[in-house]
Amino acid sequence: MSLHTLSVAELAAGLRRKQFSATELAQHFIARCEAHNGLLNGYITFTPERALADAAAADARLASGNAGPLTGIPLAQKDIFCTDGIRTTCGSRMLENFVSPYDATVVERLAAAGTVLLGKTNMDEFAMGSSNETSYYGLVRNPWDTARVPGGSSGGSAAVVAARLAPVATGTDTGGSIRQPAALTGISGIKPTYGRVSRYGMIAFASSLDQAGIMAPSAEDCALFLEAIAGFDPRDSTSVDVPVPAYSAELGQSVKGLRIGVVREFMEGGLDPANAALVRDALQVYASLGAEIVDVSCPNMGMSVPTYYVVAPAECSSNLSRFDGVRFGHRCADPKDLMDLYKRSRGEGFGAEVKRRIMTGTYVLSAGYYDAYYLKAQQVRQLISREFAAAFTQADVLVGPTSPTPAFKLGDKVDDPITMYLNDIYTIGANLAGLPAMSIPCGLLEGLPLGLQLIGPHFAESRLLSAAHAYQQATDWHRRLPAAYA
Amino acid sequence: MSLSRRDVEHIAHLARLSLGEEEISAAQGSLSSILAFVDQLNAVDATGIAPMAHPLADQVQRLRPDEVTETDQHARYQANAAKVEAGLYLVPKVIE
Repeated sequence: MSLHTLSVAELAAGLRRKQFSATELAQHFIARCEAHNGLLNGYITFTPERALADAAAADARLASGNAGPLTGIPLAQKDIFCTDGIRTTCGSRMLENFVSPYDATVVERLAAAGTVLLGKTNMDEFAMGSSNETSYYGLVRNPWDTARVPGGSSGGSAAVVAARLAPVATGTDTGGSIRQPAALTGISGIKPTYGRVSRYGMIAFASSLDQAGIMAPSAEDCALFLEAIAGFDPRDSTSVDVPVPAYSAELGQSVKGLRIGVVREFMEGGLDPANAALVRDALQVYASLGAEIVDVSCPNMGMSVPTYYVVAPAECSSNLSRFDGVRFGHRCADPKDLMDLYKRSRGEGFGAEVKRRIMTGTYVLSAGYYDAYYLKAQQVRQLISREFAAAFTQADVLVGPTSPTPAFKLGDKVDDPITMYLNDIYTIGANLAGLPAMSIPCGLLEGLPLGLQLIGPHFAESRLLSAAHAYQQATDWHRRLPAAYA
Repeated sequence: MSLSRRDVEHIAHLARLSLGEEEISAAQGSLSSILAFVDQLNAVDATGIAPMAHPLADQVQRLRPDEVTETDQHARYQANAAKVEAGLYLVPKVIE
């Protein structure tokens, strides 16, 4: 039996029926990581000893009959989530030796569920990037073509799930960092509503946009894990106190009569006709399942990327001011005074893209420029948010492509920030408006996967997951594996 | 919007970042092109639109009772600092 091709539900059933133990399951994935991670570089910190200890505890729980639905399931954590006793780098030299004194809420909840931690995944430095090329710990390769990027910033999580070095991984999404890498590696990924999952212990990039989510082969896998991490947390002041539905139990909802809105602005303009054709194929599938396809328009959608590149850097410049070389993080050698300590510790600890964003943010918030940039961007953000709200009076779910192109070659866009930023042209809108959104595999273009994006109103995760699940019951794109990792 | 070398040095100072020679000239180019890119926002008429304060319209920042909830973890927290002595964080001399 190929344990790595089983779904989370199948793995849980196998564990309960004693077809294999949590320890055997952990050993299977540890062996796959050892065989393949050298090339892919999906993990910054691989934790086989911890995995085996977690698996032994899971086996004891399974034997005693108090196991939950995720007990014994291996998983990888994005290295942005603080883990007590295991270093958390956030992809940066700044945190090369940082060991958190506490667990992030996401980590705590998944540990309490009895999951097995395989390691901490590679990522763009401080989650700033769309190709995983800004990591201090080296680039990540796409399992579908190792000369190509896996997307970013959750590129390590995407690569390890796509190559089945882990059945599931966590991710975070500030402008598309779960959905774009999921699309480029042929897996499913969900970014929930802003505030749905606690940000406590998740290293902050842009606090009004950041949200944690799940990356896994199928919507069903995502549902099982999302219900374990979602929910109110008093330790995150923006966590919302709204009950969490049983996403996995609600997956069977029919799409008959579901109004699917095609966002006109997503399909026009620069979209590659071959990519657009895959989106239309997916719409055909939905129509054949009884969904109603409607046309909607969000005229200011094109402004989402420029809006984001004011708001996100502004928040980043503020959040990353905590790295001062004093309390934690990199400290330069022999500072001559306090200013020198700050400047050189930060200058040495941060990479080029992070510095670029800190400086962009510092500029747009500086005296005399605030109204022209930050205030204006927050007004346009309001307009974009209202356009989404209007679209949701005509449609239950919005769809479009996740990314403009399939995975591009390593090095292709690394010298041109604007071209890199435009990778997130279809994903940023949902972050600006705080909406839940997901990407699911919808086809291959010259052997490379592409994603279909579904966006819902606030707290409509269950609707998105059901719609994605219905598509995955009718198609098999989510079951395709890159040949070298089958 | 084109930034001068002095502009970049000023921004880097405000951001408390030391930059090498090459980084300064690279930043001049890339920051100028990013600002030109975000200048597209000028084309949008947002007169009278309230700036968005929270992604969820009806949410307000929650308050908690003013009670001590943290336990003393001084030693654990300081284990991550590069220089500490007698429970204090060490920095270069600030006052002569």
